[in-house]
Amino acid sequence: MQTNEAKKSNESNFLMKIVKNQCFIPLAALLLLALFNLIADPSFFKITLGYNSAGNPVLSGFLVTILDSGSELAILAIGMTLVTAATGGQDISVGAAIAISGSVLLRVLCGSNSRPETLQAPIIVAFLVSCVVAMLFGAFNGVLVAYFKIQPMIATLILYTAGRSIAAWINNNELPVISDTTFTYFGEFIPGIPIPTPFFIAVACMILIGIVLKVTNLRLFTQAVGINESSSRLNGLNPAFIKVLSFVILGLCVAVVGLIKVSRISTINYSVIAKDIEMDAILAVALGGNALSGGKFNMAASIIGAYVIQFLTTTLYKFQVQSDALPAYKAMVVIMLVVVSAPVVREKFSSLTKKLKVKEVA
Amino acid sequence: MSKSNIKVASGNSLMNRAKNITDTNLLLTITIVVFFAMYIGAMVFQGAGFLKPQTFFNILNANAALIILSCGMSLVMITGSIDISVGGITALVSMCCAVYLDYHGGNVFVAVLVALAIGLAFGLFQGFLIAYLDIQPFIVTLAGMFFARGMTTIVNTKPFNVENEAFTALKMTRVVVPGMGSVNKLGKYVNAYVEIGVLVALIVVIVLFCVLRWTKLGRSFYALGGNKQSALMLGINVKRTKFIAHLLCGILAGIGGFVYFLHVGSGSASHATGAEMDAIASSIIGGTMLTGGVGNIIGTFFGVLSLSTIQNIVSSAGLDQAWWTGITRAVMLCLFLVIQSVVMTMRKKKVAE
Repeated sequence: MQTNEAKKSNESNFLMKIVKNQCFIPLAALLLLALFNLIADPSFFKITLGYNSAGNPVLSGFLVTILDSGSELAILAIGMTLVTAATGGQDISVGAAIAISGSVLLRVLCGSNSRPETLQAPIIVAFLVSCVVAMLFGAFNGVLVAYFKIQPMIATLILYTAGRSIAAWINNNELPVISDTTFTYFGEFIPGIPIPTPFFIAVACMILIGIVLKVTNLRLFTQAVGINESSSRLNGLNPAFIKVLSFVILGLCVAVVGLIKVSRISTINYSVIAKDIEMDAILAVALGGNALSGGKFNMAASIIGAYVIQFLTTTLYKFQVQSDALPAYKAMVVIMLVVVSAPVVREKFSSLTKKLKVKEVA
Repeated sequence: MSKSNIKVASGNSLMNRAKNITDTNLLLTITIVVFFAMYIGAMVFQGAGFLKPQTFFNILNANAALIILSCGMSLVMITGSIDISVGGITALVSMCCAVYLDYHGGNVFVAVLVALAIGLAFGLFQGFLIAYLDIQPFIVTLAGMFFARGMTTIVNTKPFNVENEAFTALKMTRVVVPGMGSVNKLGKYVNAYVEIGVLVALIVVIVLFCVLRWTKLGRSFYALGGNKQSALMLGINVKRTKFIAHLLCGILAGIGGFVYFLHVGSGSASHATGAEMDAIASSIIGGTMLTGGVGNIIGTFFGVLSLSTIQNIVSSAGLDQAWWTGITRAVMLCLFLVIQSVVMTMRKKKVAE
């Protein structure tokens, strides 16, 4: 028993380095889930190449679904990580905001007619308009948080309550349908490419945010504001501006996800679109090991976290868990995560291991 | 230069006048004034419906559960915490009681115990995680909400009505309010009534008001929310106080869940959707500060009434599309949040002076 533990302490230096890396937890969770699926049913990993109704080659299988739906979550996780880091709170209105931006997108594309033969405006124009609207709503949240000093979750509660209503109001509660097939490329497949488009969009977003974080001071400033607002002000930063900026960036992410979501079905359902997605986005950030109380963040870990969440969701679906019952399982995962990462529990744990070591020495 | 001087001077005189009013009373006054202004406005401009006392009692009937939930919410908000699982607990309680009463033909008394037990379990668990493990309340109760919603579907998927004689009898029991009746179209005198849930809600409001006002526990809630450090210095057991607040909120959610169930008489996974948001909004409108330390149960009571009166006004004004309700509520919530924020900055300035 003792020799075993002595061995462990020798190895622990090397292991510690791996374990200390923030990407470790989400990657370990991913591995665990993959292992579980491998044992339970290896057919989970089967990917088949088929043809969709338009005769284009498409890949299908659970892994492709994860790549597909997880990409939406990954895009949201980018913005959510920034908001979490800067404000120490989370935005719970993302689902409602997606409904709004999707609704705006359809409104611009369809004009006054709810079932147009041809698009009334180029897709890019509609997308830009929806971006602007989503960023404005983001700025609204940001102003409430930064200037009126309302807790982020409560401030975004306003949009959470009103968002879907506003989305319905934008289109007069009609459900516009787009018949143009080019519009479906964003949420499904581009002809000739068998990998779902959302994945490419997500990769583009990741590269973009990677460049922004490398080139600009965004990372430094965001973390400074999140760690200590008053000292960042004393150092010449404008914390309120940084906070609003993080919400605006989240707004941009919301618009991109809105495009994907609406493109998937070519129409919109105001009360169902992106339902409960805020929970998943927050979960992705938490799973990435980022402190939900703000400060330092690791973007890569959040993005991996997003795919892990989708992996979990898809696994649960595969075991025929009803979609309405999913939250119960996810909630259990959240509770386990936050309990394990709680400072109080960690302290208890580390003091316990110290005691063990002292005993060893004796 | 001179302009800013005038501004400062007028601000000072306003502050002097407002000096004697505490924050709690100021926010409470705003709420009550807003409610009465709204109701009287509705009476004048929309007439008939709002002139009948029964309209008011119907608002009470429909919102008895929300009043109880909001009371629990105010309690935790006064301690500077929050609980967003109350809506989920309400749905879970409704479903469990419905399944128990309908499928197993149980008696109503045990159903009440089931409701209380569910509330108690949530209160204990969440309170422990928040108070003793020091985890952010929003995350814990968000998980609690999703857990409760998910469990509701696991217990039973399809919504259904309860057909249990004892329960239906209790559901249909009407308590007559003397002297408030009105004459209907046929010229008959109809008594005004409230449901049993309203009585429960009123008892909860009164008991909590007394607890917050006159007991040591109540005062330690305010002390904890006002300043955690100084509460600790005063010898208050901070962790236990926080735990008790969440425990009470859980139990109240259980009671509120049963009252809700008594009103609707069915179990469904989509019951009480957004009730947590309504409860938070009611508390905020009622003058409970998000930052803790300020709040009043009477204010919460009027907060619920204001919120539901708005809904009634909107629907009777012909704007019955669902989205108007959502938007007006959000606007109201936004307005009161901004008022709070302004009051807070004013108080900070006062302290600085």
